[in-house]
Amino acid sequence: MSLAERHIPDRLHPPLRRALLRWESLLLLVAAAIFAANAMASPYFLNAWNLSDATFNFTEKAMVAFAMALLIIAGEIDLSVAAIIALASTAMGAAAQAGVGTPGLVAIGLAVGLACGAFNGLLVTRLGLPSIVVTIGTMSLFRGISYIVLGDQAYGGYPAGFAFFGQGYVFWVISFELALFAVLALAFGVLLHATTFGRAVYAIGNNATGALFAGIRVARVKFVLFLLTGLMSGVAAVCLTSRLGSTRPSIAVGWELEIVTMVVLGGVSILGGSGTIPGVVIAAFVMGLVTFGLGLLNVPGIVMSIVIGALLIAVIALPRLWAMRRRA
Amino acid sequence: MKRRTVTALAAGLGLAASLMGTSALAQDKMRIALVVKALGIGFFEAAARGAEEAAKELGNVEIIYTGPTDTTAEGQIEVINALIAQGVDAIAVSANDPDALVPALKRAMDRGITVISWDSGVAPEGRQMHLNPSSNELIGNMIIKLAADHLPEGGQVAVLSASATATNQNTWIAEMNKVLPNYPGIEVVATVYGDDLADKSYREAQGLIQSYPELDAIIAPTSVGIVAAAQAVADAGKIGQINVTGLGLPSEMAGAIESGASKSFAIWNPIDLGYSATMIAHALASGQAKAEPGAVIPIGRMGSITLDETNTAAMADPFVYDASNIDEFKSIF
Repeated sequence: MSLAERHIPDRLHPPLRRALLRWESLLLLVAAAIFAANAMASPYFLNAWNLSDATFNFTEKAMVAFAMALLIIAGEIDLSVAAIIALASTAMGAAAQAGVGTPGLVAIGLAVGLACGAFNGLLVTRLGLPSIVVTIGTMSLFRGISYIVLGDQAYGGYPAGFAFFGQGYVFWVISFELALFAVLALAFGVLLHATTFGRAVYAIGNNATGALFAGIRVARVKFVLFLLTGLMSGVAAVCLTSRLGSTRPSIAVGWELEIVTMVVLGGVSILGGSGTIPGVVIAAFVMGLVTFGLGLLNVPGIVMSIVIGALLIAVIALPRLWAMRRRA
Repeated sequence: MKRRTVTALAAGLGLAASLMGTSALAQDKMRIALVVKALGIGFFEAAARGAEEAAKELGNVEIIYTGPTDTTAEGQIEVINALIAQGVDAIAVSANDPDALVPALKRAMDRGITVISWDSGVAPEGRQMHLNPSSNELIGNMIIKLAADHLPEGGQVAVLSASATATNQNTWIAEMNKVLPNYPGIEVVATVYGDDLADKSYREAQGLIQSYPELDAIIAPTSVGIVAAAQAVADAGKIGQINVTGLGLPSEMAGAIESGASKSFAIWNPIDLGYSATMIAHALASGQAKAEPGAVIPIGRMGSITLDETNTAAMADPFVYDASNIDEFKSIF
């Protein structure tokens, strides 16, 4: 097992590491500032139930974002995640119509997610196609199937027990989704930061050829990452479908960009090779807090998109501007 | 021990939060949220104008006009969650999905918020009542009335419908035939189907013009058919002889009204719809009216509505558009 003993550093230069540390602290600062601003701007913000409701704005997206973070760190991307959610949800809807029970529905949702992820992964790793092109294609393919099946109709009539995943509470204001979000954050944090698999992900993102020569099975790791992303899309589909209680082909439309935004805001380099799970967790909270806070002030959605966009550019540009000024 | 401390702490937090909530609610203005399918749609902007008009008339009402950026249920749920958090007094929603909004709206009702749907309804368990812009009976009567009003001596009319299987159109035509005896001298000579395709509707209208030289009016209860029929009449040089009427959109029909191919047509008026939804939300939230089958709720200048056994009501006759008001509405929808 020479793979386990080989030390592959996350980052090549200690100063860079310090800069990255600053990133998360900067993001945390932003989150705190937004929290304080929200609390001051609206008297309704500091309420346990309201804050609990607000977490639904980001929990499902964040679940996919964790897997997406690993994929982007490894130098690939999956833009079909929202379409996978739509297809998985459609499959669950069709199964519910046929009388399948709650465990069966969850299994179907996860299986469709895995299958879609496997399809993406095969196209990228076996045929060597660029993932951005493949997943733009499968984005239309997966959602297209949903549209063919459903048209302008909707699937409803999910069993009562199925509602727990998106509407149930584990303890007091802690929803099932929030608890799952925490568990997954921990799991992905450990996977990326404390296993050889995580090391391999960084190594591939920094230099895929180098990683290959170092004995890492690059194609296999990438395939697993696509599988994971598909699976997490399936998990998000279960939660979202359960929360909505109905499936339309337009479900989760546009989420792929919000998920990528979350990942990049979390400090993951879009070029691959660096980034952390804690960063993505903070970014999820930042995006959730911003949309909920602005929602409380009844700011129209289009203005919210502008704020999120500005935030993304600001958080990315600030450390760089800082560094430039120091050098000057 | 530890758990008890946590619970006590949590309870304390909750109490503090609820105290803050009450102080904020101690304002005397009633806040009614008008939630639309998506912002930036002319029809809904017009509805918001109607809501503002109602608010001014009622006094002491604040309208929160809001909605997602695209027409998704998820987006509307986020908006509704934010409104619940603010503790608004009433939510009047035009839903993107009749079922997906139910859990969120149920939660709103649990927290004492009045919830109604309008235009595009929510499943009964997710709202207190639903306001339809009109009813099948009213529409059926309106389309024949529009033709008959310009034919005091009676005359021949033909119907240009959508497809032969279109549920809406078939229901309206059936309702029209029911009230036909009220309009003596009016004879329906033919019903043809343009399948809601512009070119097919145009050809069918041409066919009507040729087959019935004495034809006085074409009724098209479809927004595609009415435009095509008006075009066919204009192209055949029959303006002034054949009047095209039915259901259409002001933006698409402005030309036909201007040329005289259509003297008048009808469709729901979004301003009235927003106005009525606000009036109903106010009446229910203030306790002046109760949402139960058979209840009669006054809606200001629009008269009143009566709830049926599913707590659904029809607002009014479709609104008539003609040369006097088309300029005002053609830029709205």
